[in-house]
Amino acid sequence: MSIGILALQGDFAAHAEALARLGAETSLVKTAEEVLAAGAIVLPGGESTTMWKLMEGTGIPEALVAAAQAGKPVYGTCAGAILLARTVTNPDGQGLGVLDATVQRNAYGRQLDSTVLSLTDVNTRVLGDAPMEAVFIRAPRFAAVGPGVEVLARREGSPVLVRQANILAATFHPELTGDDRVAKLFLESVAGAGRKAAA
Amino acid sequence: MTTLDFRTPFSTDAFRVKVGLAEMLKGGVIMDVVDAEQARIAEATGACAVMALERVPSDIRKEGGVARMSPVSKIKEIEAAVSIPVMAKCRIGHLAEARILESLEVDFIDESEVLTPADEENHVYKHDFKVPFVCGCRNLGEALRRIGEGAAMIRTKGEAGTGDIVHAVKHMREVTRQIKALTLLSRDEWMTAAKNLQAPFELVVWVAEHGRLPVPNFAAGGVATPADAALCRMLGAEAVFVGSGIFKSDDPEKRARAIVEATTHWNDPARVAAASEHLGEGMKGIEAAKLLESEQLQTRGW
Repeated sequence: MSIGILALQGDFAAHAEALARLGAETSLVKTAEEVLAAGAIVLPGGESTTMWKLMEGTGIPEALVAAAQAGKPVYGTCAGAILLARTVTNPDGQGLGVLDATVQRNAYGRQLDSTVLSLTDVNTRVLGDAPMEAVFIRAPRFAAVGPGVEVLARREGSPVLVRQANILAATFHPELTGDDRVAKLFLESVAGAGRKAAA
Repeated sequence: MTTLDFRTPFSTDAFRVKVGLAEMLKGGVIMDVVDAEQARIAEATGACAVMALERVPSDIRKEGGVARMSPVSKIKEIEAAVSIPVMAKCRIGHLAEARILESLEVDFIDESEVLTPADEENHVYKHDFKVPFVCGCRNLGEALRRIGEGAAMIRTKGEAGTGDIVHAVKHMREVTRQIKALTLLSRDEWMTAAKNLQAPFELVVWVAEHGRLPVPNFAAGGVATPADAALCRMLGAEAVFVGSGIFKSDDPEKRARAIVEATTHWNDPARVAAASEHLGEGMKGIEAAKLLESEQLQTRGW
């Protein structure tokens, strides 16, 4: 199953490298046609306002919503998580609305507040016992998540890694660490979708 | 028995989050702005960050005088106006301007040759700061010296304020060629390479083994058209800085949008062509080859 990484702006190359380390093949996608053709989608970190500007009028937002609604695995980090959300604040903005969550942009402050943390509040059933190294860069925060959203990790009580059926979203950057558990979770979902398609 | 401790500032979390922000800016356009109004236009047209400075480079060229850090009130005004990262320039070696910018919580500092240097010999030791720095270079040795001091992003110097892309191209090609050359050396040759490049040995080894810079590598200096931006991307620049090229053109909004589009879709000539249509006049520009060496900004710093 082909994994398309949205490559309009941001750390799409870091995602491609992180997934390649796990043996997954990916391609960089920049048009609605390429998004529709992909079997799974990664929305990278970067600047969400910039990505929105680059998507306007291209059909990409509609293609992403269609992919998410068709059950294709979708994985977003930081700006990618903002794009997926139902509600975006600080400042109020748009989201694709496929993830039942409210995301507050730049929730911890400016770059001086960017940090690397070892998250201990993780869902051990899904991720195992080890703390998770998490790189937060001008990070957003899930201010609220809906009842269908499973919280997989928290920072100071707030969700930072969540899953809703085929959608996986992190407010930090698993692609910038050697800890590949989140990427593996996404690839398991890609493999599952592949099996379903073959059946 | 004592052991040598070879841990470096590069393996710290502090440095990782600096490079992390640089990673997030890849594929984007960073636009020079002098006030909140320009910053809002930059954000609305798709800039991934803005760069605050007192005057754009072409005005510095025209008007002369000492070019300094942007006024504090302007930086605050720009920070309040946009939600994208705000960068600001300080003079080369000006520790106090750098500390002021850090206290204002700018997201990135550009220790820039575009401003009048404050120190003729030394750059800022950037590992001492919590805020990340970007610095310009003309070749690999200069890039590695700046990274050695703690720069978390490198850009070409180009020749700012000319609208002539030729020196950005020269610097990008030079860095790329020197990186490739390093990867072909045997280990016995690394120390001599470090000597010739006048660069820190450990960084020379890292580049020889990885075939790239250890921090993101962007282009700057003389970008005036969508095609210039696409050219920088073709030559390996991971993002593009645009200075005078936007706000010194006929229709800044349109040109800004077009340069953003061309930076993203650099490998789709039809889209770069479409973005290049009906833009009005670009900045007039100065042929960089006609500048006397004393008029060049790129020779500031070493």
